[in-house]
Amino acid sequence: MSISTKSFALHAGLIAVLFALGFLLPTYHQGNLARIMVLATYAVGYNVLFGYTGLLSLGHAMFFAAGMYGLGLAMHLGGLPPVPAFIIGLIAAAALSTIVALLALRTIGVAFMIVTLMFSQAVFLTILYLGTYTGGDEGFVIAQSSRQILGYDLTHPLTRYMAALFVFSAALLITARMMQASFGQVLIGVRENEERTTMLGYDVFRHKLASVIISGTISGAAGATYALLFGYVGATFGSVQYSIFPLLWVLLGGAGTTIGPLVGAVFMFYLIDYSSGLTNAYMLIAGVVLVLLTLFARAGLVGEIRKRWIAWLP
Amino acid sequence: MDFGPHLLLAILEGAVGAAVLALTALGLSLVFGVMRVVNVAHGEFFMVGAVVAWFVADTVAGHPALGFTAALIIAPVVAGLIAVLVDKLVLKQVEYDPEATIVGTIGVLYILQQTALMTYGPEPRPVEAPFSTRIPLPWFEWGENGFAMFYPWGLSITSYKLFVICAAAAVLVAFWLIMSRTRYGLIMRATQLDRETALAFGIPVSRVYSIVFGIGAGLAALAAVLIVPIQQAYYLMGAEPLLLSFIVVIIGGLGSVRGTVVAALLIGMSDGIISVFLSPTLSKIIATLLVALVLVFRPQGLFGTKAA
Repeated sequence: MSISTKSFALHAGLIAVLFALGFLLPTYHQGNLARIMVLATYAVGYNVLFGYTGLLSLGHAMFFAAGMYGLGLAMHLGGLPPVPAFIIGLIAAAALSTIVALLALRTIGVAFMIVTLMFSQAVFLTILYLGTYTGGDEGFVIAQSSRQILGYDLTHPLTRYMAALFVFSAALLITARMMQASFGQVLIGVRENEERTTMLGYDVFRHKLASVIISGTISGAAGATYALLFGYVGATFGSVQYSIFPLLWVLLGGAGTTIGPLVGAVFMFYLIDYSSGLTNAYMLIAGVVLVLLTLFARAGLVGEIRKRWIAWLP
Repeated sequence: MDFGPHLLLAILEGAVGAAVLALTALGLSLVFGVMRVVNVAHGEFFMVGAVVAWFVADTVAGHPALGFTAALIIAPVVAGLIAVLVDKLVLKQVEYDPEATIVGTIGVLYILQQTALMTYGPEPRPVEAPFSTRIPLPWFEWGENGFAMFYPWGLSITSYKLFVICAAAAVLVAFWLIMSRTRYGLIMRATQLDRETALAFGIPVSRVYSIVFGIGAGLAALAAVLIVPIQQAYYLMGAEPLLLSFIVVIIGGLGSVRGTVVAALLIGMSDGIISVFLSPTLSKIIATLLVALVLVFRPQGLFGTKAA
């Protein structure tokens, strides 16, 4: 089998397993996995920029929040049905990521991280400042009756699970396909050696710009899906913590691998889930994992597997 | 109150904030300058300082000044030692790689913050000021009877706040003297200028790094001890000084100590003054956006001359 057939089989198999799990899992874990798949979509988006293009953003929460508030406000205040509201969420995330990219890409390295952090902080504070519309810290709930698409009730556990799976699969397949195409290969070239990619005649800036926009829009799609499926929109999702989470998931699962974001999100979610039963300081686990990863497993779980055993892993 | 006295009050409050901010930002700037490390956990060392100050003040019996003086010594030392440990166990192991140190210090941030939550608890607690006399301030005005001096209601400062300003100024001067006049300062500056050459001349660079990281954290903790009788010690209090220090270090030019102090005064004062007249959230939005734009269009900072 060629590598692209193998990786197609891997992704198709993963989606089939997730589909089957939707029917097999008990309600509690079914709900968890639905949430994880939406968060993993966010991580998939983050991975495009961090894992493949090699740009570390500390401000992706602003894109997640843009999608979330784009959809949430359109439904809550505008009274739009879910599909147009979702599109508004996507447009909001795409627009924001374009503006941020045009400014932030003028910087590199540490400055890029801080600039993204600052922009994200400004977005977060703006959400708080416009509390009259956004509900500030407390956020708002999207009415259960409006969360329906084509007669399917998205608040029903199984429907919700399948909707999450649909969005996750779309993000996974799109990015996996993109990375096999020449566009993705140039992004990897930028990550590995920016000067050489420039010398080879590629327009590095335009590729980076596209990478930020794609990454931001997928993150926004995840935010919009989260709001739609779980019915809650809040400022927490725009806070620094939600910029750190995708970094954590991607690092844990394996930066620059297609299934790494999901693996990382599953591990971290259950780690935090179990430890929050023991202590209210559950973010301690996140801190310890981050430090251990930087020290011992820079490639992440899937990355280490690829390095040691299965070299073809996409 | 009239506009004049109100402004004077805002300036005084701003000066207290600026003094503390200058110390905190100086620590961040020193670490970035010498080690080229962006310490995201810097705000947590500030928090550790405040929390340790509370524990010390709580343990030491007698006059509040005793506990406060003890805290002034113990808290920076504790924070400094934790920082040295972090440097040896994490930063040195990843060879000060910029991305790895950022991710690693984010981890340290959560470890310190959540450890404080587990041991100190979620509620904010005050530390009693060693002295706190209210000093009313006079105001001069041309009135109906000509030039007059009077004490407007509400226009006052406490002796403790004056002490904070003086103490911070003293530490800044001492720091400047150490950096410019002593052998230790020379060694730190040499390491900052050229790590390899310093190593070749027999400077123990890795020990210098540990000490610098410790001093950086110690400065933040010292600032926190000074502020804790005015604000309260709280496990989430690290975020604000971290953000403000970042702003200061960026505006002042990454790694430039003089720029840092000037920027701290400018930002601390304007933060104090603006938040009296504007909504604090709005002024923070404007500040963060301005900083991001400064980094984009003038990466050497407003006062820097060379490209970073």
